[in-house]
Amino acid sequence: MSVGAPRGLASSGQKLITEILHPLSAAEEPLSPGPDVTISAEKDKEPGLTNGTPVEISSPASASVLLSRLQLDGDPEADAHDPFGSGEPRDLFVTVDDPKKHVSTMETYITYRVSTKTTRIEFDLPEYSVRRRYQDFDWLRIKLEDSQPTHLVPPLPEKFVMKGVVDRFSEEFVGTRMKALDKFLKRVADHPVLSFNPHLNAFLTAKDLNKRQGLALLTKVGESVKNVAGGYKLRARPVEFCAMGEYLDTFSQKLGTIDRIAQRILREQSEYLTELREYGTVYSTWAGSEEQLQRPLEGVAGCVTTSCGALEDLSDNMSQDFLPVLREYILYIESMKNVLRKRDQVQAEYEGRLEAAVLRKQEDRTPIPVEVEKCQDKVECFNADLKADWERWQRNKRQDFKQLLTGMADKNISYYEKSQAAWESLITLLQEKQTEDKTSETN
Amino acid sequence: MAEDVKEESVTSNDESDLAASDGSLNNTLRRSSVAVMSQKVLTVISILTRVVMLGQMLTEGSCLLRRMEISVAEAEKRSGKNAVSIQETYTVYLVETRPMDAIAEGHNPPPDSLWRRYSEFELLRNYLIVTYPYIVVPPLPEKRAEFVWHKLSADNMDPDFVERRRIGLENFLLRVASHPVLSNNEMLYHFLTKEHGWKEMVYETGFQAKADSRLRALSATFRVRSPHKRLVEMKHYSDGLQSHTSQLLRARTRVADRLYAVYKVHGNYGRVFSEWSAIEKEMGDGLQSAGHHMDAYAASVDDILEEEEHYADQLKEYLSYAEAVRAVCRKHELSQFELEMASQDLISKKQQREELATGIVRTFSLKGMTNKLFGQEAPEQRDAKLNLLEELIAEGEETVKEKTAECDEHAEKAWADIVRFKDQKDKDLQEALINYALMQISMCKKGIQVWSNAKECFLKM
Repeated sequence: MSVGAPRGLASSGQKLITEILHPLSAAEEPLSPGPDVTISAEKDKEPGLTNGTPVEISSPASASVLLSRLQLDGDPEADAHDPFGSGEPRDLFVTVDDPKKHVSTMETYITYRVSTKTTRIEFDLPEYSVRRRYQDFDWLRIKLEDSQPTHLVPPLPEKFVMKGVVDRFSEEFVGTRMKALDKFLKRVADHPVLSFNPHLNAFLTAKDLNKRQGLALLTKVGESVKNVAGGYKLRARPVEFCAMGEYLDTFSQKLGTIDRIAQRILREQSEYLTELREYGTVYSTWAGSEEQLQRPLEGVAGCVTTSCGALEDLSDNMSQDFLPVLREYILYIESMKNVLRKRDQVQAEYEGRLEAAVLRKQEDRTPIPVEVEKCQDKVECFNADLKADWERWQRNKRQDFKQLLTGMADKNISYYEKSQAAWESLITLLQEKQTEDKTSETN
Repeated sequence: MAEDVKEESVTSNDESDLAASDGSLNNTLRRSSVAVMSQKVLTVISILTRVVMLGQMLTEGSCLLRRMEISVAEAEKRSGKNAVSIQETYTVYLVETRPMDAIAEGHNPPPDSLWRRYSEFELLRNYLIVTYPYIVVPPLPEKRAEFVWHKLSADNMDPDFVERRRIGLENFLLRVASHPVLSNNEMLYHFLTKEHGWKEMVYETGFQAKADSRLRALSATFRVRSPHKRLVEMKHYSDGLQSHTSQLLRARTRVADRLYAVYKVHGNYGRVFSEWSAIEKEMGDGLQSAGHHMDAYAASVDDILEEEEHYADQLKEYLSYAEAVRAVCRKHELSQFELEMASQDLISKKQQREELATGIVRTFSLKGMTNKLFGQEAPEQRDAKLNLLEELIAEGEETVKEKTAECDEHAEKAWADIVRFKDQKDKDLQEALINYALMQISMCKKGIQVWSNAKECFLKM
């Protein structure tokens, strides 16, 4: 992909978008170290993630620094349960960062830097850095789904945004999208099968991604045809897959509810914030007409303002970090349900063909054709892949939600801590003043 | 909006539900002990406030409060027929008194007590206002619940309202009994000690006649030519105080409503985490317990806002105080106005005397005209008139002298009491602000506690 003259985002006034920290970063509040939290040497500049992939903000780290950081990282829990791994250390690390706006005559779009570090022999070089746009990620995802239909491919953030409603170039939107793309790539890179996919290799390494958009379109059509065609009816879905389907249905429902609750909280918090601001100004106004009480009243106004700021931070965090991750999981579940449906189709096809072949055999002793056996293989492979993926998905889900909810708790705690600190310093001030007043009285 | 919040939220009062699930019995117990703790905190803070205020009151001069311990100990509902023989339910408050010297000597005598209705407190206050027009008379707690955030009851019979009113009435008595001037009043003493016949005694003082005429005069608009500068300033200040405290009370109500909604919606997390935990294996326990903490969080707002009502009550007291200050200033204006009227009258009478005596009419007057038209009157008539005028002028001069003295005295006493009031106000409101800050800190600590507990559960997921 050719990188045009990269320009900073003109639209966003405040900080450079390149300075956006990774959402899962522990930059501000040090999390209590657990097996899933990265402890890095330079705590405030190099935040880490659950799977140990460091996020680069300023300069790309050299391989040796990276390796030393890796020694501190580790997800022993995940490795222990990983059926694919034999306790091997990870050897493919990807990062998405550094969004830049590109303006051409035809269109304006954002590209992201995709950095790769690997020791795998499938890659020619140990390091790569390329620029990709959302379209490219979409292409990758389609290719992965097509080439590995029996595996769960992680979801991408929503493709379409209403042009009038959402500012596609706002710092917030780009930041949220970038985090989701980063997560997508990391999940793929983590996957024992998907990560060896040649399309991923091309995505990570090619200077110009030869996408052949037309083909992508066809493939999408082909896929839906594959789903519809066959028309075989499924006899008996194995219990475990029924359970998976039920679980996904209920889980998706619960996540939807949580999403609604979180949005409701955001709305209520916003209204609370409005009233709180007004409330603070009343204290300030009153202070203007008082003498002795001026300082205490100003003090209270100040504390209220601080609390407002802290509340705003909390709300921003919920809408930029919490909600998007939640929605992403809902998409993930949808794509998983799709895979389950595909599996059902494959099984149905096999059963249908088998039945037909058996009947024919009974009639004229024609042996069971090879295709039928191939179908059986297909079913068994699909089932095995799916089960393995399911296990790993469940593990990741557990980690992801543990982190998500813990993050939410942390942000709330931080909000209250900031507010408490402000009020406590006011008390000290006021009590000092009281003693001052008393001594001046006795004099 | 908070209406549907209430419907959606989990009824966390259902103890049996909570007790049923594994490991949550501890949470239930912990929650009820937290509730008890917060009650204790409420009591501690309100006690601390009273102690500080009492301390301030006792250091002021010799007053009734030094000789007598006063409290409004209880409230009770009564039913009876009122003046127009209609059955009504009302609340009575128990006023208890004990002699200070007995207590100081280490005896612990049982208190003398009598029951009083709110209307009797009102009567006492009105009496004091009329009797001491230059004193800023402490206000009573509000007659009807105002500035109510919407979940709070506006019903006068509501136990929380009655409790806050009891505290307000005690406050009133303590303030009056510690006032250097008011505390010496006989009717006050009888209010505290003479259960029956007190009302009749007050009416017999005839204060109501004065009250009516003064009140009527106060509501009339009048212009004073040379207003007392400092008292005018004070009047403007009291207007400002009134406007600021009422604005603050309104804004606080709105904030309380919103805060309530935010907390209660979190209760929904409790339910959904519980449902979600049902389909999880390893994550189930952590989610379930976290859900209970979300319920606790949602429930905690009730105590938080209940406590804030005490702060609102302190603001309301000064809202009413502002009115009392204004009344003192206005009453002085009335005196000033009457003085100016009397002076004016005296001047015109003197002028009339001059005209009569010299026959020269300086200004246009009907007398002058009639004189010209019909001739001057007979000397006997003129003398009679002159004598009358001299009498009236003598009276007028007395009146002016009296009124001037009254006005000056009023201004002096009023200013002294206003200075005392300002000092008291600064101390009280500073104390109130400190208490408010303490409440906020307590709220933050509770929040941190709950979310830390929830975080523990999440980490165990």
